[in-house]
Amino acid sequence: MLSPVRRRPPRTPEKAGGPRGRGAHLGGLALLTAVLLLTVVASLAIGAGDVPLGRVLPGVFSPDDASRPDLIVHELRLPRTVLGIAVGMALGLAGAVMQALTRNPLAEPGLLGVNGGAALAVVIVIGSTRVDDPLVYVWAAFLGAAGAAMLVYMIGARGRGGASPARLVLAGAAVEAVFTALTAGLMLLSPGSFGGFRFWQVGSLGGREMSVFLRILPFVLAGTILALLLARPLNALGMGDEAGKALGSRPGRTRALGALAVVVLCGSATAAAGPIVFLGLAVPFIVRTAVGPDQRLVLPYSLLLAPVLLLGADIFGRVIAPGELETGIVTAFLGAPLFAVMVRRGRTRDL
Amino acid sequence: MRVMRAGALSVRWEPRAAAVCGVLALVAASAAVLVVGSGEFPISPPDVVRVLVGQGDQATEFIVTTLRLPRAVTGLLAGLALGLSGAIFQSISRNPLGSPDLIGFTTGSASGALLQILVFGGGAVAITVSSVAGSVLTAAGVYLVAYRRGGGVHGVRLVLIGVAAAAMLQALNSYLITRAELREGYEAAFWLTGSLNGRDWDQAVPLGIALAVLVPAALLLARPLGMGELGDDAAQALGVPVQRTRALLTVAGVGLVAAATAAAGPVPFVALAAPQLARRMTRRAGAQLLPAALTGAALLATADLISLHLPVAMPVGVVTGVLGGAYLAWLLSTTGRKGMA
Repeated sequence: MLSPVRRRPPRTPEKAGGPRGRGAHLGGLALLTAVLLLTVVASLAIGAGDVPLGRVLPGVFSPDDASRPDLIVHELRLPRTVLGIAVGMALGLAGAVMQALTRNPLAEPGLLGVNGGAALAVVIVIGSTRVDDPLVYVWAAFLGAAGAAMLVYMIGARGRGGASPARLVLAGAAVEAVFTALTAGLMLLSPGSFGGFRFWQVGSLGGREMSVFLRILPFVLAGTILALLLARPLNALGMGDEAGKALGSRPGRTRALGALAVVVLCGSATAAAGPIVFLGLAVPFIVRTAVGPDQRLVLPYSLLLAPVLLLGADIFGRVIAPGELETGIVTAFLGAPLFAVMVRRGRTRDL
Repeated sequence: MRVMRAGALSVRWEPRAAAVCGVLALVAASAAVLVVGSGEFPISPPDVVRVLVGQGDQATEFIVTTLRLPRAVTGLLAGLALGLSGAIFQSISRNPLGSPDLIGFTTGSASGALLQILVFGGGAVAITVSSVAGSVLTAAGVYLVAYRRGGGVHGVRLVLIGVAAAAMLQALNSYLITRAELREGYEAAFWLTGSLNGRDWDQAVPLGIALAVLVPAALLLARPLGMGELGDDAAQALGVPVQRTRALLTVAGVGLVAAATAAAGPVPFVALAAPQLARRMTRRAGAQLLPAALTGAALLATADLISLHLPVAMPVGVVTGVLGGAYLAWLLSTTGRKGMA
């Protein structure tokens, strides 16, 4: 009943590009990069407070302190946009690696307890040290995310039958619930920390200063490089442990490094923007539908598509409601239906 | 199983199940008495009982009946409702994880109540109504999405879609809290945790009325189904309108969750754990509605007692969340695939 959803094994390298070949994929990546650039410009230009399109570039590179549009672009939208790129890349890539590692299309950082663990750690740190430093958030969120992810995997893999997609999601729900209860308890103990925490908890790109982006940047870069280097070993893992070993891969090392990448990426993204659900689920799903299961394509495409979608959700949130809708809300409301579609598409035997 | 006959009437009963129910009722009642006795001004259990049978002195009687009894009664009734609805949903989805708190019904109920508290600013009655509406709408949505022609509502699909709905509504709830004034938001967050603090008869009485209707209805409706003991085909062959009975049971179950949530907030995990514990205690296959309901009452009353005696005051939802989550993790790691589905 709960057997893992079987994915087709990765195609051989010659076929990886499909009939379109390598050039088509380079073209596709270039196109996606162009779309990302357009989204970035849109993110700088759109929002409350009118900014003429002509003031966007000057606002970024040589802001005039007396000009209101320049200040809006440089002080508010630029930090928000670069943070969106970093967080989007981190979450999209983390989702792709997580799904490849667990061979589970339903794996999602937000559903596997990672957010709950990060939130609990952040609230403990805010409550006990009263520091309001993003770097402390980052470390706390790392530890929380890592602990939660390991716990979920251990619980999901322990029972008879191993870690199936549904079991992992449910183990995630269990761990998330315990952590949410503890977080609520701690938060209620110190009403002082509640004021800041409630805004972190909703998941948003807005209202963050440039320093937040700069603090998480090294972690996102390191995680991204590690994840991209894992593309080939992850392909081997997709063939199953036996076949992979026979071909000379080391599944144990791949899993450990992959988990490290996921935790670093999720931890930094969640620390900076708060919990943002369903992005890591949706992006690899869309990418796999388009380019097939070869991780050498899935990972770079996810890396580029995720920030497009996250910034898109952020822009959408800015224009949909007068008071702005936080990014986390928009992704939850767009992502949950997609998750439902995926569950419905699954064969009854699997789901 | 034994059958008692008195003329034309006969009742079948099982000594073990009856004994379990008796013990559970005793545990629930004792926990409630201890809850009433706990607080700034401790009252010994005999004194509490004396007041309850109408023989206490005036000061103690005021503290007991006006201040503390509503809390204990709300806890017992909410636990009863949660345990019963958990048993109903787990039996309908044929899945121990198909409990209303995991599949978004409780979260939806909370969304309804939060909208009322923070946006429309209605009173206790309006909050109850919105909470019920939120729960019903969520249930309808989850069922519709999980329904597939030919296959009906499949257990695991229902649970996973419910988990997605819960995540979405959770985001909505967080959003509502950020839009509120700090103090209101804090109170709403407290309410969202699930709490019995400061409950008075305004909460206990409507809950009692709802239960007086829904509990007998659910017990009667569940009987012909044999609750998983026969299976659909056999029941159908015996002349039971399976689909209609199931639809009515779902309505009763949603009503029970909504009533409990309106009174005590979304207390997590009681609905999940109670039916499972009841099944293990009665050692019978299939859902045990009455034992599950009593287990729910005993669990919530005991959790409330624990929350009152923690070194720092915590809402009861924190206690049930931690204990229940740990229980769910244990359940997942010990059951095989068959047991899960």
